[in-house]
Amino acid sequence: MSNSTAAPEPIIELRNVTKRFEDNGFIAVNDFNLTIERGEFVTFLGPSGCGKTTTLRMIAGFDRPSSGQILLGGKDISKLPPNKRPVNTVFQRYALFTHMNIYDNIAFGLKLKKMAREEIDKKVRHVLEMVDLEGFEERSVATLSGGQQQRIAIARALVNEPEILLLDEPLGALDLKMRKEMQIELKAMHDQLGITFIYVTHDQEEALTMSDKIVVMNGGEIQQIGKPEDIYNEPKNAFVADFIGESNIFKGIMTGRMKVRFCGGEFECMDDVPEGTQIDAVVRPEDVIITEPSKGTVTGKVTGVVFKGIHYEITVESGKYEMVIQSTRTPKVGDEVGMCLDPDGIHIMIAEDHTTRFDADVNEDYSLEYNGKAIDADITKVVKGSVLKDGVLKDSSGETIRPENLKIHVSIEPADIEMTDDTEKGLTSGEIINLIYKGDHYSYVVRTANGHDLIVDDEYLWNLGDMVGLVMPAEKMKFTLAK
Amino acid sequence: MKGMFQRKYLGIPYALYLLVFVVLPLIVIVTYAFTDAEGNPGVGNFLNFFRDPNTLGTLVYSLVIASVTTMVCLLIAYPTAYFLAMSSIRSKGAIIMLMIMPMWINFTLRITALKELLTMIEGNLALHPFMNSVIGMTYDFLPFMILPIYNQISRIDKSLLEAASDLGADSRQAFLRVLLPLSMPGVISGISMVFLPAMTNYVVLDMLYNSTYIMGSLIGSYFSAYDWHGGSTISLILLAMICIFTLLAGGDENEGTVRGGSVL
Repeated sequence: MSNSTAAPEPIIELRNVTKRFEDNGFIAVNDFNLTIERGEFVTFLGPSGCGKTTTLRMIAGFDRPSSGQILLGGKDISKLPPNKRPVNTVFQRYALFTHMNIYDNIAFGLKLKKMAREEIDKKVRHVLEMVDLEGFEERSVATLSGGQQQRIAIARALVNEPEILLLDEPLGALDLKMRKEMQIELKAMHDQLGITFIYVTHDQEEALTMSDKIVVMNGGEIQQIGKPEDIYNEPKNAFVADFIGESNIFKGIMTGRMKVRFCGGEFECMDDVPEGTQIDAVVRPEDVIITEPSKGTVTGKVTGVVFKGIHYEITVESGKYEMVIQSTRTPKVGDEVGMCLDPDGIHIMIAEDHTTRFDADVNEDYSLEYNGKAIDADITKVVKGSVLKDGVLKDSSGETIRPENLKIHVSIEPADIEMTDDTEKGLTSGEIINLIYKGDHYSYVVRTANGHDLIVDDEYLWNLGDMVGLVMPAEKMKFTLAK
Repeated sequence: MKGMFQRKYLGIPYALYLLVFVVLPLIVIVTYAFTDAEGNPGVGNFLNFFRDPNTLGTLVYSLVIASVTTMVCLLIAYPTAYFLAMSSIRSKGAIIMLMIMPMWINFTLRITALKELLTMIEGNLALHPFMNSVIGMTYDFLPFMILPIYNQISRIDKSLLEAASDLGADSRQAFLRVLLPLSMPGVISGISMVFLPAMTNYVVLDMLYNSTYIMGSLIGSYFSAYDWHGGSTISLILLAMICIFTLLAGGDENEGTVRGGSVL
């Protein structure tokens, strides 16, 4: 029954699906493209607010996409109401009908289909057996534990024999042990039934354990789609590397064929990236080998050792970099150690361009402004060879340039933007929505009030959700003229 | 232990209040109801009540007025409460405020205003006693119907409606099978807060120059004629009816009644 036997056949397809909420203009899902094959176990994984639940709700029919199409078996269903779609949902808080007993809860969908009483009885009994709650028909919802309610919610959805089962963080409210058990049971159910499961979670371990395919999301966009192993071993960008498992991320540069320099040392790697390319190197804590100082590619001083059960988590400071290592060896705090990496323990990601770009406004007096705040830049330096005399700007050939004819692009690097507590200070301000530690600094994603995401590098630790002012020194800005 | 003793003493004022204003009057009423004018015990008063076509007629008339008033209130209140609770409009708070506000205005003033308004429309109020009774009471009791229903519907987890539609229910089926049953505690609470006062609140009718008699007016008339035995009997009958009604409304629904009423 497993999907390995059948040839891949797409069951649901999302094409350029975008969801913008009418009331606040927030874009929850942006240009989402995905094909899911019949019988697959697909997981949408991401932090809260990444758009995973909204995507699921659009597949279920509770939300309509603002644009784009959702195709089920080749037919566009994006305008169909939920009750006309052959999909069923297991809700986060179960959403069981408290005024009905268990039998009526499960039979709800079947009764609407006007199925014969005996048929309903048989199906309800069968599905209760499947979730291991035989004989619970007459019980009321209130007498059930959280885990039992969860099973009933699954049974209520499965009894309708949907083509796709949607699960919205179904195990979120259960305790750890129960969650582990349910993960295994859900996976077994999926294998046994052969129907398509779409599962939403923020728990990366859950996603890695259960899925055939993981869709990592952030900020309403797909970051990576792939098998659990691929997502873990070959993360496409720093976000995925940071979100899936633990990782050390370093900025670095390719120094030769399959040679890379980061963290103060030169390493051999498996990725063939042209020399001179700026990269992010991902090193999983379990892949770092601790050696004698003389044998290590880089050396450092142990600053912390924490016992984690099967291994120790060791923090080593090497120059200005910090490396987290998982090892069964137990150096002491203060020890000098060497660190080595096997080539396949290094994953190279080509660094993304994180330059912030915007257009400056030019005032009547040729002063520059953005967002109503002055940019302290000399216009004659921006417009090469120009002279400002008596309030009129003339180019090198003496021609007058009107302020409204000037279009000036400004760009600034992440490391040159300073963050401050004072949100009034600086050109703009925003909320920190994501942060990743990159060995010697943090890389922050700051979302401004008008929804732009800026990347800012800062040595110091700020918290998620902090409101910060972004100071951009004019001397660090690059100005270019547009024609 | 000392704290426990002190806390117990806090109940004394209320116990006294209960004794003086509830228990003793009840004993007095029961005593009067089961004795005749000479003080001989018996059930003669009750027989008189049920044999007299006039008093029975008043009872039936009260029931009819109260039922119609309750129905009208329910028909206005349920859709109002439903749309208020389900919508996400910003001015929701203001609209609810507008509905509660009449309750802040002095009762006499409110009914006098209504009387003037009705006189303007109808001319002689005495021509439509039944309709005016219903209008007056609906006007007075409507907020008591809207609020418990609104509270109950607001409390319903909206994902239950999504679940219903996910399982194949169209919006009508989702309403009938999920929302309506779950909102029933609010409805029952509203009914008991409208139906019972509507049986007895004859002040509204008096002020509308209404000649119709309801149970409240009947009791009033007996007591003003110094027939304490007859008045007590009718009070006791009414009390029994209220008890029966409350029991019929369902023991476990009491929780909803209390919660629904608590906002008022």
